[in-house]
Amino acid sequence: MKADRDILVVDDEDVITHAVVRVCEAEGLSVDVAASATDATVRLAQRTYRLIICDVMMADVDGFEFLADLVQRQIRTPVIMSTGMSTMENAVKSLYSGAIDFIPKPFTADELLTAVRRGLMYAKLQDAASSASGARPDSMAWVPCPAKYYRLGYASWLAEERAGTVVIGVSDLFVKTIDAPTGVSLVAVGEELVQGSPCATITARDGLDHGVLSPVSGRVVEANGAVAAAPAALERDPYFEGWLYRVLPSELQYDLKHLTSCSSDRM
Amino acid sequence: MFQKLGLKLTVAVGVIVLVTISIFAYFNSRSDNQSLLAEVERHANQLSEAVKSSTEFDMLLNQRERVRETIMRMGTQSSINRIRIMNKAGAIIYSSDTLEIGKMVDKNAEACTMCHSAGQPLQRVDVKDRTRVFRVHPDSARTLGIINPIYNTRSCSEAACHAHPSSQVVLGVLDVTLPLAEVDKDIRRGQVEVVIFAIGAIVALSLIIGLLVSRWVTRPVRALVAATRHVAGGDLNYVIPETRNDELGMLARSFNNMTHKLGEARLQLFQSDKLASLGRLAAGVAHEINNPLTGVLTYSSFLLKRTKDQPEMQEDLKVIVRETIRCREIVKSLLDFARQSVPKKSQADVNDIISRAAAVVENQLAINHVKLVKDLGESVPTITVDANQMQQVFINLFVNASDAIGPDAGGGTITVTTARLTLSPLGITQIKQAQCPKRHSLMNGEVRIDGKPSIRIKARASGSEGFIYRDPMYGKTRHQFGIAPEVTTAAQVTCPDCSASLLVEGVTCPDCGSAIFAFEVPTKGMVEGCTSRECTWQRWAELDRLGDREFVEMRIRDTGCGISSDEISRIFEPFYSTKGQKGTGLGLAVIWGIIDNHNGTITVESAVGAGTTFVIRIPVEP
Repeated sequence: MKADRDILVVDDEDVITHAVVRVCEAEGLSVDVAASATDATVRLAQRTYRLIICDVMMADVDGFEFLADLVQRQIRTPVIMSTGMSTMENAVKSLYSGAIDFIPKPFTADELLTAVRRGLMYAKLQDAASSASGARPDSMAWVPCPAKYYRLGYASWLAEERAGTVVIGVSDLFVKTIDAPTGVSLVAVGEELVQGSPCATITARDGLDHGVLSPVSGRVVEANGAVAAAPAALERDPYFEGWLYRVLPSELQYDLKHLTSCSSDRM
Repeated sequence: MFQKLGLKLTVAVGVIVLVTISIFAYFNSRSDNQSLLAEVERHANQLSEAVKSSTEFDMLLNQRERVRETIMRMGTQSSINRIRIMNKAGAIIYSSDTLEIGKMVDKNAEACTMCHSAGQPLQRVDVKDRTRVFRVHPDSARTLGIINPIYNTRSCSEAACHAHPSSQVVLGVLDVTLPLAEVDKDIRRGQVEVVIFAIGAIVALSLIIGLLVSRWVTRPVRALVAATRHVAGGDLNYVIPETRNDELGMLARSFNNMTHKLGEARLQLFQSDKLASLGRLAAGVAHEINNPLTGVLTYSSFLLKRTKDQPEMQEDLKVIVRETIRCREIVKSLLDFARQSVPKKSQADVNDIISRAAAVVENQLAINHVKLVKDLGESVPTITVDANQMQQVFINLFVNASDAIGPDAGGGTITVTTARLTLSPLGITQIKQAQCPKRHSLMNGEVRIDGKPSIRIKARASGSEGFIYRDPMYGKTRHQFGIAPEVTTAAQVTCPDCSASLLVEGVTCPDCGSAIFAFEVPTKGMVEGCTSRECTWQRWAELDRLGDREFVEMRIRDTGCGISSDEISRIFEPFYSTKGQKGTGLGLAVIWGIIDNHNGTITVESAVGAGTTFVIRIPVEP
């Protein structure tokens, strides 16, 4: 399915939409602007888009309502949420509600572009999957996370361990949305992670740095040095060999409420 | 005058007194009565014996005229009603009442029944049983009668006249009656006196109890009630005068203590309320600021990408991007602060943070010709802090210092030093609050020791009395003595305001064995000291328990205008600003919050014209 345009940016602030248009058009992407969620719905009725970038705080219909509306109308266009109220709660809520990514405002051109690249790649993989095996989309293009795992959005996963610690990492789909990883930058042992805030940076072959949002809040008790030394492990085995941290969670039960069980992906 | 409680107590006491005095009066009057009667009986008996013996000789000589004359004369005395002698047959032989001589007396008459009630008349009877009290007429006064039997003796039976055979035991009876009018009058007077005394006592006691209840109970209770109304009305500064040591005094003290604590809690609530509205403000502002900031950041970073071939632009654009990102972090930290989110703490080198902060403000300082001197310690350990927040702290402090120096001063210096410190609580902890058991502050701002308010206590010993000004730094002993130097050990140590004793009973100084005293540092335990002048012993158990701690100390000293002592106490309050339109008054409040979040302390030392030093201490072990 070939979309009419690349990106629809939904925001009631002109300066934001202009900036997004400017940055993305410089990369050769076609961008449409909607000043409100209602406007966006109208545009979505006229054209198809590969990716939607949507603000959370908008005057009439807010971003979460818009997102829910898309899900209800079975529009599978991936959505990246963005807001000036860049709190972890908003980030986590966005991902839990079905957005594929969250970019806190204000963002730099690069931060926007990496998110857009991942979003477009995600859309491409989604299309490829659905066209490859019509009946069962999402099945062949990437490896879904193991059944007992939990995921934040599509990107990062968490696996509980018997000792009360959890292991976290990035999903195969996330690795596939970026150009081959060439570097992994991890925080030090002892650091406090906050759910929904960046916990690691993966540098791709194209030079873009991709932040990984932590699926859990807690203290890092072990970092996977092997994956930092050989980032290829992420591509090879993102769910086991390619784990990032072992974390002592601070409020696991609370955090789990905002995560999606991977078993629900295998219907 | 009396409220309910007073009236109840007074009535209760009145009733108890009434009952007590009534019982007492009843038994007292009865015993008085009995003893008076006994006295009269004794007297009557003596009289009767006197009559008997004075007539005995005449009888033996059978001088009947003389006997009659004696009885007549004695009978005329006013204290005697009648004297008569009856023979064995019951005929009245002699009497002071001449009319009844020769008459017979009935054996059943009240004077005779004692002996004659039985078949055979009794011959020997006790004095008690020989007396009788009776009324001649029902209306007349009481009369006491005493019977004295006249026994047959040898001299009688062998007398010349030989009137009585020796077989007779009782020859006759002497009957004397005495009026009891005087005695009865005495008894009645006594009873009236007791009743008057009882009424007087009840009235007096009730009045005294009423007065005392009013003074000791009603008035303080009324003061308490008034105080509760004040407090209910919102006046938490209302204090009941604590002048008493009884239970109501204790109640008043604990009431005062409660309102004091309430006041503190309200202040805290007020403070947190302020912070909460600051948080709401921040959340609202964050959204509004982040949108324009997105424009700046996106365009500048976009420009930075597009001008890779123009190095002269690159440098400037990098500054814009870097500073906009810093704005982003500040707004974000405001949001985090508002939402109490976890600070992103990590092990960080304070020196690095300071260098980064210095780099940010360098240009601004240069405009004011302010030199930033970094004297960073080499062996400063890394501490667990939120590096961004700490950087914000330093940037704010540097900008403040630069503002304090001002553009017109022709330049100045900010010196920032870092050092590792191991602090024993001794000698570095200032006692900022001290109070007596009745919560009077002992702090004295007039006598300062090393510039800090001293702790004033009153000492007394052998006729000498004066104040001792204790060093407020725990562990230091630069006390000043306002008492005679020959006094080496104070016998009494009291609060200067209320004279409550500060001595600790039953505990002596472990160094010299003298008595010790103690005062309270609110919420931080008791500080004890020795009453001996020479002894330096002191103990702050709660502080000592914490032991030595390692700190990283950061000092930011400027040569600016300084802060007056009035302002210095308020500078950490939110919305307090001396910069007028230029500042928001939030900077130092946020700094204080950040340092407090790191379990650290921030203090300020300043003198107008000489500059200001901010001292931040953060424990190495969080």
